[in-house]
Amino acid sequence: MVKFLRKFYMSLIFIFLYAPIIVLIIYSFNESKSRGHWGGFTLKWYAELFRDREIIKALYYTFLVALLSSIISTVIGTFSAIGIHNMGLLGKKFALNINYLPVLNPDIVTGIALMTLFISLNIQLGFVTMLISHVVFNIPYVILSVLPKLKQMNKHTTEAALDLGATPAYALRKVVIPEIMPGVITGALIAFTLSIDDFVISFFNTGPGVTNLSIHIFSMARKGVKPSINALTTLMLLTVVILLLLINKRTTKGDELIP
Amino acid sequence: MKKNRAKILAYPYMVWMIIFIVIPLFLVLFYSLTKGNIHDPSSLSFSLESYARVFDRNYLTSIVKSFKLAFISTLLCFFLGYPVALIIATIKAKYKNILLMFFLVPIWMNFLLRTYAWMSILSPNGFLNRLLSFLGLPALSIMPGQTAVLLGMIYNFLPFMVLPIYTVLSKIDKSVLEAASDLGANKIGTFFKVILPLSVPGIVSGITMVFMPAVSTFVISRLLGGGKESLIGNLIEEQFSLYRDWHFGSALSIILMIVILISMAVMSRFESDNDNGGAPIW
Repeated sequence: MVKFLRKFYMSLIFIFLYAPIIVLIIYSFNESKSRGHWGGFTLKWYAELFRDREIIKALYYTFLVALLSSIISTVIGTFSAIGIHNMGLLGKKFALNINYLPVLNPDIVTGIALMTLFISLNIQLGFVTMLISHVVFNIPYVILSVLPKLKQMNKHTTEAALDLGATPAYALRKVVIPEIMPGVITGALIAFTLSIDDFVISFFNTGPGVTNLSIHIFSMARKGVKPSINALTTLMLLTVVILLLLINKRTTKGDELIP
Repeated sequence: MKKNRAKILAYPYMVWMIIFIVIPLFLVLFYSLTKGNIHDPSSLSFSLESYARVFDRNYLTSIVKSFKLAFISTLLCFFLGYPVALIIATIKAKYKNILLMFFLVPIWMNFLLRTYAWMSILSPNGFLNRLLSFLGLPALSIMPGQTAVLLGMIYNFLPFMVLPIYTVLSKIDKSVLEAASDLGANKIGTFFKVILPLSVPGIVSGITMVFMPAVSTFVISRLLGGGKESLIGNLIEEQFSLYRDWHFGSALSIILMIVILISMAVMSRFESDNDNGGAPIW
């Protein structure tokens, strides 16, 4: 009985989670443009999607900003985390508290605060400001995922390297960085996904001609339906599922190897 | 000796933080406390007018409504999400990964697309009403409206409630549960006296992770509320992108920020109390 209830409840939740996505997928093959009417099977919305310059441009900016901002924030974040880790108690507390602000603050506040800064400095809003704003909200997450790894590290390892004649830079490269690598990778992945999914902060910090996918969908959704969005949803779902299945397969394989 | 030198690595970021985190927030505070033309610094003068405007009836209604909707959606996410977390945490190991994965697929999709998907279902001639009319039932007018906004919030933020609770639940030592049943607790007793208290840290972070984006959203209310369901996020967005009234927009942002930071502080106290609380209440 309990088992049945569990299954029943999970099915309901999964229907709730997937119903909207499945409806969009069905509509993406619908010949008729109107939402409620089935006009026959078609692939024309997919063709239209790839011909849509605006969407392609938005996709390009989304990936470019995500890639650049995650690389920049991973580099800055990793070195800053090492620096913060080696600070005195007071300095560390101060740095971490400020670092935590973009995480705690609602996106909309971070977004308008940065926009206020850029406009006050007479900086033209556009690609660069959008990139900077992404780096601003990404670095804190990188630092927060690298710091625990630094804490776990045996501090004598670095000292041993230095005693054995390594220069600080060499010790950093050969001892510290390899040790904290898992944290760095986690941080980079978080940064990349946050950047790809961001809407609010980009919305306030971008200028004419530069949009990302979220901004583009928002402006289209406000104007009305465009069936090519449905096609886009289907393709994105497919990508996500394939990626996750690959990751899942790799990790379960890894699990089997260990015992 | 080495310690002192390595901290230099953090100095560039300290400067970065001051420029891009501290100064922008002070600018917002500054604009919230002034009036005048933002592009002409000499015309700015100190004023509490923007804060006074917050108490204007229309604005106050929106602010109260955003807290009300965020509160309801957090509550519903909790009651819907806790069983999900419990089921995923206790299911057989071989199904766990795949179940968790399919639970997470929707949040890997673009947030705007997820909200847009609900538009196609709930809009007046959308999928739901087509289905109802096909079944010979009367059409519903959910969207635009509060119910649609609530649905959108729950749909988008439910995983943020489930994940932290799931993480805490899956870390509970099985022997604690065995001890409870050995000592004569039945399943319900074990749940309310052992599992639930142990999962409080997860519940607390789940609540913050749902409440915060829900109270400050302007996308969900715009797309599913059709402009009629203005929330505090919409008010802020309009001041900056439509009316160019930075002073009022800044005042609203400061209020939103203060309320959220206070509630976070309260919540984190609650959480840490439970961590080092020593003797549990039961």
